[in-house]
Amino acid sequence: MAGLTPENLARARETVALYPQPRSALIPLCHQAQAQEGWLTPDAISQIAELVGVSAAEVRGTASFYDMLHLEPVGKFLIGVCTNISCMLGGAYELLAHAEDRLGIRCGQTTADGTFTLEEMECLAGCDGPTCVAVNYRYFPNQDESTFDTLVDDLAAGRLDGDVPCHGTVSRVDRTVTLMAQRDEVLAERAASDRARSERQAAKEAKG
Amino acid sequence: MPVSVNESGIPSEDTVTITVNGKQIAAAKGEMIISATDRAGVNVPRFCYHPRMKPVGMCRMCLVEVSGPRGMSLQPACYLPVADGMEVVTDSEKVRKAQDGVLEFLLVNHPLDCPVCDKGGECPLQDQTLAYGPGESRFVEEKRHWAKPIELSDLVLLDRERCIQCARCTRFASEIAGDPLIDFFSRGDSTEVAIAPGEKFTSYFSGNTVQICPVGALTATPYRFAARPWDLEQVESTCTSCATGCRVVVQSSSNQVIRYLGVDSDPVNQSWLCDKGRFDFEAHRAGSRVTVPMVREGGELVECTWAEALRKAAEGIGRAMEVASDPSSAVGVIGGARLANEDAYAWAKLVKSVIGTDSVDADLGDGLPADAVLGLPKATIDEVCSAPLVLVMTPDLRELAPILFLRLKAAAQSGRTKVIELTSVGTALGRYATETLVYRPGEAASLVAALFADSDPKPLAAGMEIPPIAGVAASDVARTRALLAGFSSAVAVVGRPSLAESTEATVAAVAALSAARPETRYLTVHRRGNLHGALDAGLAPGILPGRVTLEGGRSTFAAESGWGRVPASTGMSTHEILRSAAQGSLGALILLGADPVVDFPDHESEKALSGGAFVVAVTAHLCESARRADVVLPAAMYAERGGTTTNFEGRVTTLGKKVTPPGQAWEDWAIAAELATALGSDLGFTSFDDIAAERTRLVPLFRHFTPHIWNAPSTRDGVLLPLATAPVGLTGAPRALDPVATPGIGSLPHHAVRPPSPSPLFAGTGTTGPSGAVASPGAVRFSRPASPPDLPAPDAYSLRLVAPYRLYDCGTHVVGSAHLAALAPVGTVRVNHYDLDRLGASTGDTLRAVSPGGSHQVVVEVDDEVQRGTAVMGFNLAVAEGSVSARSLIDLSAPVTDIRLEAHR
Repeated sequence: MAGLTPENLARARETVALYPQPRSALIPLCHQAQAQEGWLTPDAISQIAELVGVSAAEVRGTASFYDMLHLEPVGKFLIGVCTNISCMLGGAYELLAHAEDRLGIRCGQTTADGTFTLEEMECLAGCDGPTCVAVNYRYFPNQDESTFDTLVDDLAAGRLDGDVPCHGTVSRVDRTVTLMAQRDEVLAERAASDRARSERQAAKEAKG
Repeated sequence: MPVSVNESGIPSEDTVTITVNGKQIAAAKGEMIISATDRAGVNVPRFCYHPRMKPVGMCRMCLVEVSGPRGMSLQPACYLPVADGMEVVTDSEKVRKAQDGVLEFLLVNHPLDCPVCDKGGECPLQDQTLAYGPGESRFVEEKRHWAKPIELSDLVLLDRERCIQCARCTRFASEIAGDPLIDFFSRGDSTEVAIAPGEKFTSYFSGNTVQICPVGALTATPYRFAARPWDLEQVESTCTSCATGCRVVVQSSSNQVIRYLGVDSDPVNQSWLCDKGRFDFEAHRAGSRVTVPMVREGGELVECTWAEALRKAAEGIGRAMEVASDPSSAVGVIGGARLANEDAYAWAKLVKSVIGTDSVDADLGDGLPADAVLGLPKATIDEVCSAPLVLVMTPDLRELAPILFLRLKAAAQSGRTKVIELTSVGTALGRYATETLVYRPGEAASLVAALFADSDPKPLAAGMEIPPIAGVAASDVARTRALLAGFSSAVAVVGRPSLAESTEATVAAVAALSAARPETRYLTVHRRGNLHGALDAGLAPGILPGRVTLEGGRSTFAAESGWGRVPASTGMSTHEILRSAAQGSLGALILLGADPVVDFPDHESEKALSGGAFVVAVTAHLCESARRADVVLPAAMYAERGGTTTNFEGRVTTLGKKVTPPGQAWEDWAIAAELATALGSDLGFTSFDDIAAERTRLVPLFRHFTPHIWNAPSTRDGVLLPLATAPVGLTGAPRALDPVATPGIGSLPHHAVRPPSPSPLFAGTGTTGPSGAVASPGAVRFSRPASPPDLPAPDAYSLRLVAPYRLYDCGTHVVGSAHLAALAPVGTVRVNHYDLDRLGASTGDTLRAVSPGGSHQVVVEVDDEVQRGTAVMGFNLAVAEGSVSARSLIDLSAPVTDIRLEAHR
């Protein structure tokens, strides 16, 4: 069971330092930990708890509220099929059934080789071209049974590796760039905005 | 200061008026509607609301109609503060429909397993469904199913199907206990209360979640399937597992104690209990219980009749009295903190008058001297928790007095009280303290002196760095000194921080504080249940009942109308008694519920019982010391006898008697009376009332304190002695009862009846001590030592030993309660990694500890919370095979104990 790597731990500490209250960093740290392992390992949860000063139960409780934070291992590719109204009318349930047959798993399960996890998802905002499918939170709208099969083949063969982020990565920015914000810059910006606010307040009071 | 109080007990300037169901009632500004309606006797159903916790408005059961800018609307009564002129309707058709609907939703997934549920019969969900619910279910679908029950800890089990997600338990854990080890997991209809994998809900307060669960979701392993609520009988009592004096109800079934529940006593425990107090009733039925008198014959303890046991005991004590000129050097008595106040008085009379020895001590070398407990100006828990600044010099209060810890934690978190903690090892309170200064064990006095000095610490010579004081950095001292200087009055909580240092160190610290700030008031904390009551009764050398010295009380007690005689001179303390017994110069030793062989912090304590003294053990359990006694007299335990008890504030509350003592066990006062008869005397006591009557007559402290007073509904939360005036009337408005706050004791007579506060009759904080207004002549006074004890200079190779209490130790109550015994930690020596690295050792290694008590094996553990140069080992814990407990290392005759760890060869 893996916790955060030394690099990610250092990064997590930087993230915590960005917030006035350490516990505000709880969810960002969950994303970072998930980007590493694809899911929130119990070790990572304990580490996050220590970093932000809450108990492991509180981290787990918070993370469990969100569908996009995983507390169980997920496959390399997390395939989500939208089943909300537009996609449903466009055949989402049929596609989901097909996906289950194609991957040999039920919705919510992971293939034995750990490659695919299949999930049902809420609206992915691809309503103009149902059915919308997401792979590791990258969108592939307008899917039918045959395009879905092609998608799965491409994924399995690694042909989409450039397009689809590694599993567990929720943030698109995170995939391409490292953490850009510098603590001193953030603090300077915060100080500037505090100053501006107090000036506005003073001006308002002086006025009336 | 008197505050003008109206009929509802609210200061008038903070009052608003609201209309509830057409009737005008007064409410306090800022309070929630539900507490105003409760006070007015209007019941609003509720689940999540608990009067001792912050509201969350989660369950929606308390919806009422409230007037607003857009007319009447449904609002949660627990979450909306009152406003002047607000109109509230709790019984309209709309409200009833809302209640009906909320209950229907709550019952959607709630199993209908009431007949097999422990909560059935005292269940708020069951009761409120009957009162406000739909009556019939429209739900025909499959309910959700979970594996059940699951273990949250060794004490608490969770049945998730029954949970209604009121968040009482999770809020208690994070808000009140500060142990957020349980939390809601997941969302929507799959929400469950859960722990993190691999963790347990290991909180000293976990049992409270079971107490406040409004359904049968949380159950306690010791009570599971043990009884049905309608079979339970109950009596209100005071917990004596520690000296906090929490109010409880004792519930029994078939003459067996089955359960304790916390009573909402405003000045003390505010409805909470610690797990030790809640679950140690299993010790009543422990295999070690003594139920028949025993005498030693041919080296073995054999059962006998009371008559024979008393005769043998009287013979042994009589022989000891005959050979010595002064009974104080012939007979020693140890213990008494287990007794009720009335028992203690009877024993004091037997010991000091009939036997005539003054060598009696209720303190087993673990508290403060009697003159400090009785003679320092007192502060109550409420006064400590409302003071702007509190100086805490105690062991870890969460281990020693868990509910006092909760009260102080709440005060610190509210921002009302700044806590300054002086300690030698990290404590649970440290998280909430404004300042925590970690000093070298035994050197508190010099730290206190520096904190109250006229100027900041100075360097030895210009340009040099300022040396630390007692191991505390000079800058920390200066900062705290500045903080202290800003407060004119101070309240201090003091206790013996470590059993590996003598009382001298603590007394010196208190003396330094009292010299610098004479107006300081003190809450002296000790562990043993009724130690204060035993001292009040005179079970200590040099004092007589009523907090007076031997000299001060002589005229009263030595008179014919008193006891007839009192000892001529001050006798020995426990330590001296044990030493004298070990040397063979003590003739007889009486153990009053004391187990000095394992429970006295000195490496030589074991020898005391093999020095040839005749030993009588008056005990409920066959403890290690009782096993070596010549006569064992079985005594009744808690809940098997009545009377009163005194907590460390000096607050006197009642003890409830619910079950009969097992076998032939007697109440302690009866044993004293019969033993006096066997010794050819008569104590003159045939009942509790006799004792109370004599005490009221002879002891000014107990004047007016009759059973009539202590059994009155308005003194349920206890009284502080002496009563300021004669009782003029015993009034007290019954507090509106919240049947859902603590399910199971809703029907308790006088439950949560609070005297009008502050009660004019019992105002004040006692009148003893140097600053007491009417301290009687001859009162015990705190005696300041001439100078602090001389400590050995810190030596680079030695570690100064700290032996703190642990809540779960090897005491008879924990060992006798199977569920608690499993939780007791194993005793290891915890040191900083720096000190272990020097020896090339690591956690789990066995090292040789060279101590005043000899060279012994101990298991070590790295703990960087421990300062360098310090070693911490909990007192009276089980240890690994071949190693020794902390007691074997401690030398109580030295001010501190230094040990040296050596690699094993």
